[in-house]
Amino acid sequence: MNRIEIDAVVDNLPKVIDYIDENLDHYDCSMKARTQIDIAVEELFVNIANYAYPEGSGKATITFDYDEEEGAVIISFIDSGIPYDPLSREDPDVSLPAEERQIGGLGIFMVKKSMDDVRYEYVNNMNKTSIIKKIG
Amino acid sequence: MLNISKEQNGGDLKVSLHGRLDTTTSPQLEEELKGELDATSHLVFDLSALEYISSAGLRVLLSAQKTMNKQGDMLVTGVTPEIMEIFEVTGFSDILTIQ
Repeated sequence: MNRIEIDAVVDNLPKVIDYIDENLDHYDCSMKARTQIDIAVEELFVNIANYAYPEGSGKATITFDYDEEEGAVIISFIDSGIPYDPLSREDPDVSLPAEERQIGGLGIFMVKKSMDDVRYEYVNNMNKTSIIKKIG
Repeated sequence: MLNISKEQNGGDLKVSLHGRLDTTTSPQLEEELKGELDATSHLVFDLSALEYISSAGLRVLLSAQKTMNKQGDMLVTGVTPEIMEIFEVTGFSDILTIQ
């Protein structure tokens, strides 16, 4: 497993995506799975950058791991911001017409739909959200 | 990275997107559209060179669609299978007119 610790600011998104893509380069990951992972990583990191530290700024730690047996990538996001379970959010109604559509919640919905598993836990005053995606 | 090219012809506006429409690049598109849409009755997005779209990009497309619903129409062309799948999962395939 390897990790980066980074300031949780939106401007750091390209660095985070580069970190993930460099890790994925070591595996035979389809373009489709890579795009889905990139999107999930963006949505979760941007959530932390925008909401975890309402009183200022803080750090986010991102870890990358590969489960050989499952052929799955496991990426975790850890922050010490306000407790927030992204999975507690109700799914948006994606059948509504444009006028009634709310964009809030769409990001995490995309994460849930494209990953094989998404887990959240709050331990030691830290949020930890993990995504699991089979690429093998 | 996102490259935006625009072709305007009277009330017709064609916007071609090349690259990634994400949290960092979406404000660029928002800025490009601001002001332009007022005089537009027929808006076309060419997405044939769009590689990636996240919820931030979807938000800009939704906002453009809402504006155009009031004053004309909006067409989305050149959608690749990868982008189409995202439109389908999020229900955007029902909101947008995709050709």
